[in-house]
Amino acid sequence: MHKRQSFQHIMIHIILLIGTGITILPFLWMVFTSFKTVGEAMSIPPTIFPKTFNFDSYKNILESLPFGRVYLNTIISTLVTVIGQITFCTMAGYAFARLNFPGKNIIFILVLSVLMVPGQIFLVPQYMIILKMGLLDSIPALFLPNLFSAFGTFMMRQFFTSIPKELEEAAMLDGCNRFQTFGRIMVPLVKSGIVALVIFTAKFAWNDFMWPMIVNTSPKMMTLGPSLSTLQGQYITDYPAQMAGAVMAVIPMVLLFFIFQKQFVEGVAHTGVKG
Amino acid sequence: MGDMTKSNVKTVKRKATRREKKEWVAAYIFIAPLVIGLLVFYIYPFIQNFWFSFNDVNRFNITTFTGLENYKNLIKDKELFQTLGNTLKYVVITVPVGLALSILIATLLNTKIRGTSIYRTIYFLPSVTMSVAIALVWKWIYNGEFGILNSILGFFGIEGQNWLSNPKTALYMVMIVGIWMTVGYNMIILLAGMQGISRSYYEAAAIDGAGPFKRFFSITIPMLTPTIFFVMITSIISGFQVFDTIYMMIPKTSLAYESTQTLVMMFYRYAFDYGQKGYAAAIAIFIFAIIMLVTIFQFIMQKKWVNYD
Repeated sequence: MHKRQSFQHIMIHIILLIGTGITILPFLWMVFTSFKTVGEAMSIPPTIFPKTFNFDSYKNILESLPFGRVYLNTIISTLVTVIGQITFCTMAGYAFARLNFPGKNIIFILVLSVLMVPGQIFLVPQYMIILKMGLLDSIPALFLPNLFSAFGTFMMRQFFTSIPKELEEAAMLDGCNRFQTFGRIMVPLVKSGIVALVIFTAKFAWNDFMWPMIVNTSPKMMTLGPSLSTLQGQYITDYPAQMAGAVMAVIPMVLLFFIFQKQFVEGVAHTGVKG
Repeated sequence: MGDMTKSNVKTVKRKATRREKKEWVAAYIFIAPLVIGLLVFYIYPFIQNFWFSFNDVNRFNITTFTGLENYKNLIKDKELFQTLGNTLKYVVITVPVGLALSILIATLLNTKIRGTSIYRTIYFLPSVTMSVAIALVWKWIYNGEFGILNSILGFFGIEGQNWLSNPKTALYMVMIVGIWMTVGYNMIILLAGMQGISRSYYEAAAIDGAGPFKRFFSITIPMLTPTIFFVMITSIISGFQVFDTIYMMIPKTSLAYESTQTLVMMFYRYAFDYGQKGYAAAIAIFIFAIIMLVTIFQFIMQKKWVNYD
């Protein structure tokens, strides 16, 4: 019995290791190539490990692209999006879960309907709004529409709904008003929901592509995604430079993921379970 | 005495309504930022997109009403059917293959082997990385002359080729990247679903002498159908909207351009490359309608196979 089980376990490990290899190889290929010289990257047959680790490609793209600026734009846009979404979604999610007010159902249906429409429907008019506001090629253009999220509101509402009513009633009896109850009692209780939403939003904002590409077209105002796509045009055959750009674009999210692994995985796992 | 109770009742009643009103005010303050934001950046744009779809919107964003002209042109447009075909192909292949792989990995990770959390972390990694960067990397892997894929294939005696510029293979190559990026994410959701299945079912089956395969098909899969349904719906919706990887991997000059363009690519080109925003608005409505239809169809079909006990 024991022997049979350990044989089974070995088979499972073998299958999982093959999958692990397929998952990880592209990352290794990206990192290794970024340290190669152009000549080595284009040698036949290809080498896997770089013969010598050289940082030229990193130097090159840092000099030729306003990479520092692009990085900063992406960080600012991601931070503002996260803070805005958390604030607005938590507030509205609480009201939809816990308060009674005229028009609640109609307004909530309106929020849900936004959730069901594919994003392309909004893009052209959103672009026109940013254009009319004179905000094309600016930092606010990057985050403005993304501050408001139907998905986040729905998610926070679900979290608030699952908290027992008694806690809130006790706080109200102790003389807290709605806003104090919200800030001191309710928000700390949905911390796991907030963490999950922070992770979703940060991942989305950092990796977003089409919207920032549409609104900000001058190299200095771009975010990482669109900037990488211009890199492809500038360094048509300089693969190490392209890979160096990719490495730098990917690193912050990967680091964040390794630090907050548990929260990432739990946040995602939560979305599938009816809550 | 009677008077007092009466006035008491009155004040209590008035207090109640005042408290209710206070709650309304609080509620409106809580929802105001979100609702205003959604109205300005989503609901108004939604209506405006409908309006644009009945107009010619030129490069300078001047609109002229043309009625159904955009839609009439759209249903005659060969490009629409080409991109629709490519998109359907993408969805029909990536969704079942991705789903099967995620179920397989989740099942293997739902056993008592060592190191499950390390595997989970590694499999999840692609879904946190930027699709644009990932596309660049895979493009280089697929490279006909210097890419690693051809040398691996060469090792097994298979002759490589220019995968991304061959109209016959390019779309499949993009699909591989799409599946690679999403398998880990869906696996996590499915694994959480599997861990929610009560042990007692398996224990009962073990007493009945059911082997692992029997248990998988008669317990795991039926109990998991709500989660499978959820993953399927979200994968189909995002499959219909695939953009980043194709935009990055297939340039306009590629021989495979036509055979890889999806609906959202076509929308993007018309709206922001060709400056025909009215036509693009009509394409967006078409995408919306297709996704709606498919989703409604799935919700009708779910009664036949999804198990909500």
